[in-house]
Amino acid sequence: MSDAAISQRRVRVASEGHTLSTGAPLRYLVGAVAIFLAALMLAPVVLSFFASIKTGADASASPPSYLPKALSLENYQKILDYQAGLWTYVSNSLTVAGMAILLVIALAVPAGYGLARFNFRFKEPLFLVLLLPLMIPYQALLTPLYLDFAKVGLANSQFGLAIIHAMLQIPFSVYLMRNGFEAIPKELEEAAVIDGCNSWQTFFRVSLRLVFPGIVTIALFAFITSWNELLAALILMNKETEFTVPIMLVGVRTGHFGAVDWGALQAGIIVAIIPCVAIYVFLQKYYVSGLLSGAVK
Amino acid sequence: MRMRNKNLVGLVYMAPALIFVSLFVLIPFVQLIYTSFTDASLLGGGKWVGFTNYTRIWADSNFWKALAFTAKYTLFITPVLMIGGYLLALLTATNRPVLQFARGVIFMPVVIGLGTSSLLWLWLFDQQVGLFNKALLDLHIVDKMLVWFTSADMALWAVIISVVWKVVGFGMILFVAAIQSISKEVTEASLIDGASYWQRVSRIYLPLTTRTILLVTLISAIGSMLAFEQLYIMTGGGPRGLTFTSVYWIYQSSFIKFQLGYGSALSIVLTAIIMIGAAIQITLTARRAPA
Repeated sequence: MSDAAISQRRVRVASEGHTLSTGAPLRYLVGAVAIFLAALMLAPVVLSFFASIKTGADASASPPSYLPKALSLENYQKILDYQAGLWTYVSNSLTVAGMAILLVIALAVPAGYGLARFNFRFKEPLFLVLLLPLMIPYQALLTPLYLDFAKVGLANSQFGLAIIHAMLQIPFSVYLMRNGFEAIPKELEEAAVIDGCNSWQTFFRVSLRLVFPGIVTIALFAFITSWNELLAALILMNKETEFTVPIMLVGVRTGHFGAVDWGALQAGIIVAIIPCVAIYVFLQKYYVSGLLSGAVK
Repeated sequence: MRMRNKNLVGLVYMAPALIFVSLFVLIPFVQLIYTSFTDASLLGGGKWVGFTNYTRIWADSNFWKALAFTAKYTLFITPVLMIGGYLLALLTATNRPVLQFARGVIFMPVVIGLGTSSLLWLWLFDQQVGLFNKALLDLHIVDKMLVWFTSADMALWAVIISVVWKVVGFGMILFVAAIQSISKEVTEASLIDGASYWQRVSRIYLPLTTRTILLVTLISAIGSMLAFEQLYIMTGGGPRGLTFTSVYWIYQSSFIKFQLGYGSALSIVLTAIIMIGAAIQITLTARRAPA
């Protein structure tokens, strides 16, 4: 092969990287297939949204239609007034998620810092202890936790549920914070000390600011886990007024006297999806980078 | 003296998390082991009964059925997720705007709750109002609206379709990252040697992303072995109790039938199975750089 041919290939490889295609037609085909698959993945959510803005009768009609015949907020009105009221459930979910986020940050940030910046005996075994929630499925722990919580008044409490949701996020969050602090050059902290910061000030003014993106990431993951979690909420929460959004949805699905109100269910599903998708769309950078560094690096 | 101080400071930073995990994971786990040797129920009891619960598991055909169903579900869904995720990753691995956009959309269901997505698909599969059914009908794939949840096999595939929709993007994103981290020189060299696209995939991409493939396989398999929400919502264990999973059966024993001692013994068996997988997962994730 001539040098010219090789360098031509090099240029092509460099510009296309890991692509499937060689020529322009294939390039377009790959793009078209990808867009088609993306549309297919998006379809269930779009159809659910359309169903949610149908009239109640239209949403339960059989055979069903893909598009609403007329626009109506009837389904949203129904979900707003569902039993204790949508806002009760949303605010319960937000409260639990908020407490879980605070717990995760308060526990994982210092733990990550301790692991990254200090050497002490049994450091790695203790790190493994913090990874235990990965090894012991929380589904198995719910029975003893429920009994313990009942004794100390944490059953049926939002704080109790937040504890379990925080526990689920501890391994990932500690891991991420440890990597985050380790990535900060020691020299930066030493410079701060020379400039007259004590260890506390160094931590708050220098290190903490540099790992801020990591803190956003663990907060996002804690929110999404907590907002979506069903089993622990189902077991722990027995009072209607303490239910979170996922339990409310299961209730809507069960319906009254066996008849499911499909339109109201779709409105509820859309309400449950919106915060997660909003976070994903607007803070994608934090979300995906966190996922990758948590699982791959 | 200074060393000793430093020791303590590191521990102090870790202490809150260690106490938290001890209180809410370690101690409950010890309690779980203890309870599994008693006849505790939500209504009282708690006498030591030795290995009775464990011998009962041995004879409990419902639990073995649930475990077998869980294993079947895991064995069916894992290859679909791996192959699907990898093909999607190969398709979208280049950083072209259109492909990045497609990747972003395909990943989106990952952030939706499993409970929520199961309710969404329950509706799509419904025999009266389900639009997935209607789409199959309109595409002439079937000639009448299907009933998905009266046969255990159909129900299994309905659950698999819904879960694949929800999580296939997870594997895809990790595979894309792994493929993109392969050094350009390697791919370049293979192109210069005239390797075809599929030769590149089988000789370069697959071998160089083995660790990620293993890791994603484990994460998916562990997740599937712990399946609960999707079946609780979509099948309710039916038809005829054929689609109970292990976690679902534990939930049923402990919180519906109130047999906490027995439920605890079941949990211990499940934990033992999961621990093996998780231990491998942690070893694989362990940072390759020395700590």
